[in-house]
Amino acid sequence: MQSTAHAFKANVRAALADQPLQQALGMARTGFQQKRADAAARLPEFEALRDAAKALKDHVLGHLDLYLEAFEQRVVEQGGKVHWARDAAEARAILIDLCQAAGARTVTKSKSMVTEEIGLNEALETAGIRPIETDLGEHIIQLAGQRPSHILAPAIHMTKERISALFAEHHGRPPVTQAPELLAEARAFLRQRYFEADIGITGANFLVAETGSIVLVTNEGNAELTQGLPKVHVVLAGIEKLVPTLEDAFVLLRVLARSATGQEFSAYTTVLTGPKRPADLDGPGELHVVLLDNGRAGMLGTEFQDMLRCIRCGACMNHCPVYLATGGHAYGSVYPGPMGAVLTPGLVGIEEAQHLPNASTFCGRCEQVCPVRIPLPKMMRHWREEQFRRQLTPPTARYGLKLWAFAARRPALYHLGAKVTSRLLGWLGGRRGRFASLPLAGGWTGSRDLPAPEGQSFQALWAARQGRGR
Amino acid sequence: MTRPAAPRVALFVTCLVDLFRPSVGFAAVKLLADAGCQVEVPRGQTCCGQPAYNQGDRATTIGLARQTIQALAGFDYVVVPSGSCAGMLKKHYPSLFEPGSAERAEADRLAERCFELISFLTDVLGVGAVQATLDTSVTYHDSCSGLRELGIKQQPRQLLASVAGLELKELPGAEVCCGFGGTFCVKYPEISTKMVSDKVAEIEATGAALLLAGDLGCLMNIAGRLKRTGGKVEARHVAEVLAGQLDQPPIAAGRGEVG
Repeated sequence: MQSTAHAFKANVRAALADQPLQQALGMARTGFQQKRADAAARLPEFEALRDAAKALKDHVLGHLDLYLEAFEQRVVEQGGKVHWARDAAEARAILIDLCQAAGARTVTKSKSMVTEEIGLNEALETAGIRPIETDLGEHIIQLAGQRPSHILAPAIHMTKERISALFAEHHGRPPVTQAPELLAEARAFLRQRYFEADIGITGANFLVAETGSIVLVTNEGNAELTQGLPKVHVVLAGIEKLVPTLEDAFVLLRVLARSATGQEFSAYTTVLTGPKRPADLDGPGELHVVLLDNGRAGMLGTEFQDMLRCIRCGACMNHCPVYLATGGHAYGSVYPGPMGAVLTPGLVGIEEAQHLPNASTFCGRCEQVCPVRIPLPKMMRHWREEQFRRQLTPPTARYGLKLWAFAARRPALYHLGAKVTSRLLGWLGGRRGRFASLPLAGGWTGSRDLPAPEGQSFQALWAARQGRGR
Repeated sequence: MTRPAAPRVALFVTCLVDLFRPSVGFAAVKLLADAGCQVEVPRGQTCCGQPAYNQGDRATTIGLARQTIQALAGFDYVVVPSGSCAGMLKKHYPSLFEPGSAERAEADRLAERCFELISFLTDVLGVGAVQATLDTSVTYHDSCSGLRELGIKQQPRQLLASVAGLELKELPGAEVCCGFGGTFCVKYPEISTKMVSDKVAEIEATGAALLLAGDLGCLMNIAGRLKRTGGKVEARHVAEVLAGQLDQPPIAAGRGEVG
């Protein structure tokens, strides 16, 4: 997708003024958080499981080459094929080649953020191949010509009313307004598409090195229909999705759904191993797994390695006050919220995405709920340090910081400055005790009063008190 | 570590308390003295360095950390009337220095002895009650760093429960950020305003007359928004109430206003 991360501030303004969006986000805020909290409370070993999940991912990242090779070998042994893509362009080329080799005109897709990451849908359309999104949320935003605003609930920014109008426009049926009717209509519309598709493209939640299996999780069963009905199944997955064994996959599955939606398990968890065998009743005749690097290997051994533990549960955004104020589209990137603020600068460059790691209060809720304990605020701070090193921080901020640092490094000067400033501002604030506006403080006083200092600095008062005491 | 009978405590004032609200510093001094501490205020301290740290200026941060560590060396404890600044000294300073280095060892020593004020009183000194009276209803906002970096949640509530006449009305969403975030609030004022507006609405819905918290940054943000929108809820640092030092008008309320 075309990044609009540079326009974050303008995107935010639009999002805050979008009433239906704010209404939709208000509902997300209460729902997701409570469900996760309840699910965590119901499982006594939840915190220990998070530790295990983190340790497991760290182990895999320390031996990723071995697990990738083992996985490839198992897939090949079972009649599948593995393709390696260094970047988004290579991945698109591989996928389009596969589609063309199969003579595909229509492909079904189950929800996959990594296909968004490589811009697959546009590439397919340019090649004359029609992608059909089969996840309900993805179907909605495909009709609307939009991008997911949440990695888990792509249409979370949409109200029921907007969806009803979209369906009426695109499905060519009389308008329906209730959720079950909307669901039934989408199901009827999509069911036929599964049979028409020449290829099914899915992502993967986990890739199992020991068995060469692909683990897929959905709540709608659409991944199963996407992979099982067409002649060819193509999996696109980041290289960090590896786990050693099936047991390990289930450790992560136990924290995934609880962190994401508060479910103990998603409605459908499917383990796929190899293409259709002679005795199988169904399944795809061909299985291709495209393993995508796209900057991931470059994060290994750096301060960003912890980010590769991410299992894409969305808990960080569900608990982020910034995400919940603006929604996902304001980030202007494939991945929104705290995990997106860390990943996006690596994908599109820190120059383009410089606002994202800055637009955080470091309140720490993301890290508090992350099932694999990624220190997201620390990762965002690493990007800020990169920006500062490369002098990308705005000049006014740099200059202000320098001036302040000059004083702060000289305690005597600093205390004098504080004494004078508190007196001056205390006097100016007068009996009202606050400022409605103040030069250079527009960022603060635009929407809130600035409390005035009491009139004397603590250090000055303390020195006077000590002097009297002697 | 065994606790000395009359521990020497360095008060790390914090730049906001120093500049805007010295009465919080004096409330802290009183609470510490009442609990048997000898309080000193080292002159070598300025700011903990968070403005530089959070803007990615690591060199300035390290310089300020060195200065602060030196200024606060040699005391039994270092106490900070802010979860955010205490978190900086306790959780972040060590990470600035190479493991195994002499500087790291000094940072670790500070981290072991450094505490946020209220949790120091309850968890280290074993203070279970204060001698204070305030006949009003209050609500409490849990500042992010104190809550999530230092685990401060029950400590202020425990001490507030001992204030005669005080009724605590719990704040729904007390653990959600108020939108201050240091320079965040002026870099992204629209998002910050949305966050603080939500916070103010929840505070007002409790029906409490007074908002308390342990961090002046959050309090200035929330009180500033309350005043701008004509709210009637007053705001104070929790130490002021616990110390019974309420001579100063509430935050952002002038002497001209009779509360």
